[in-house]
Amino acid sequence: MGAQLRVYKRRIKSVTATKKITRAMEMIAASRIVKAQRRVAASEPYATELTRAVTAVAQGSGVQHWLTTEVERPTRAAVLLITSDRGLAGGYNSNAIKAADQLTNRLIGEGKEVVNYIVGSKGVAYYRFRERAVKQSWTGFTDEPSYADAKAVAAPLIEAIKADTGAKDGVDELHIVYTEFVSMMTQTPVDNRMLPLTFTKTAAESAEVIEGAIKRGGPEILPLYDFEPSAEDVLDALLPRYVESRIYNALLQAAASKHAATRRAMKSATDNAEDLIKSLTRLANAARQADITQEISEIVGGASALADANAGSDR
Amino acid sequence: MAELHVELVAADRKVWSGEASLVVARTSSGDIGVMPGHQPLLGVLESGPVTIRTTGESGDGTVVAAVHGGFISFADNQLSLLAEIAELTDEIDVQRAERALERAKSQADAYAEKRADVRLRAVTAVR
Repeated sequence: MGAQLRVYKRRIKSVTATKKITRAMEMIAASRIVKAQRRVAASEPYATELTRAVTAVAQGSGVQHWLTTEVERPTRAAVLLITSDRGLAGGYNSNAIKAADQLTNRLIGEGKEVVNYIVGSKGVAYYRFRERAVKQSWTGFTDEPSYADAKAVAAPLIEAIKADTGAKDGVDELHIVYTEFVSMMTQTPVDNRMLPLTFTKTAAESAEVIEGAIKRGGPEILPLYDFEPSAEDVLDALLPRYVESRIYNALLQAAASKHAATRRAMKSATDNAEDLIKSLTRLANAARQADITQEISEIVGGASALADANAGSDR
Repeated sequence: MAELHVELVAADRKVWSGEASLVVARTSSGDIGVMPGHQPLLGVLESGPVTIRTTGESGDGTVVAAVHGGFISFADNQLSLLAEIAELTDEIDVQRAERALERAKSQADAYAEKRADVRLRAVTAVR
């Protein structure tokens, strides 16, 4: 076998091995999307009911609350960025980070100081490499976030928004950047202002505002509730849960999006490997043909030289 | 007989839903019983057992769930019980809850102790 042919054969073998791996990863990601989607769906009743309740209290009571009141001149905003722990997901992480960068620039343009909170080691690594300050980060659960994880993320954020702006850790606004799972093929990074909640005057408008990710049928008029023990206490208990559930929803959607992005990236890697194998096989065939041609011409040349030599000695 | 629709949902799943004639739950200002036609209500739940008297399609009987914090909301004959963690009594492993209670007591973990205690109380309430 010629040297050239051997090199091609070796490369085909290695690309085939890579293809097997990427195909396996594609399959794994595909099965995980379904699981992640199911989790998003399972968390929906809770989120929907909670949103309903929050809307009801905020409208029905006219209570002022630190989570709903808008600060007159906001000076500091917290940005929670949700990325993944692992790569191999195409543009998933860089798109989310880009969205966060845009939001950060916009907030700075509005004269606000930005405090970063990050979920997922990819985002942490990006910020650390650029030596940007990260207030707090969480890693290790982005593939399958549990409600306890969402609680852990929400706790310091709620603390920060509770604290006065004048205080060291206080923030006035809370923004969240995550990748929304639109469909198997489409995932878009979105930024939402989670707090303070925006309650507009009419039921329809405010329902729409709070709904955000949680889509429901047309707006409805909410009844006048009786609060137990009091509207303030209910709101006090309700709003942190609402923030947690929104973060939980964002984490679940981000996880589903990540798996979808991985699947797509691995599918195109597999396709590329196939193309590569095809063209390498062509090259290997050509090299083999060239080897054979050369061998034949050598044999023919040798034979005719031998015949010439024999003819000379016969004479 | 009048009935109300109950949805018992935990943060990550729907635990139980069906028709009921009476729901008894503990809010932070005391036990409250909700029957069909109750005034719209929104309350904060304490950790504890929630008792649901089922009727209609769900069959006559009693469903008891251990609810760890959460909310009760009632409007238009729709009752929602929201909790971060909610378990039906038949999902609770009594021995495990007892072990957890022992462990929590020995480690002076008030939170875990309360959790295990709520589970056990729910199981005893159904018997």
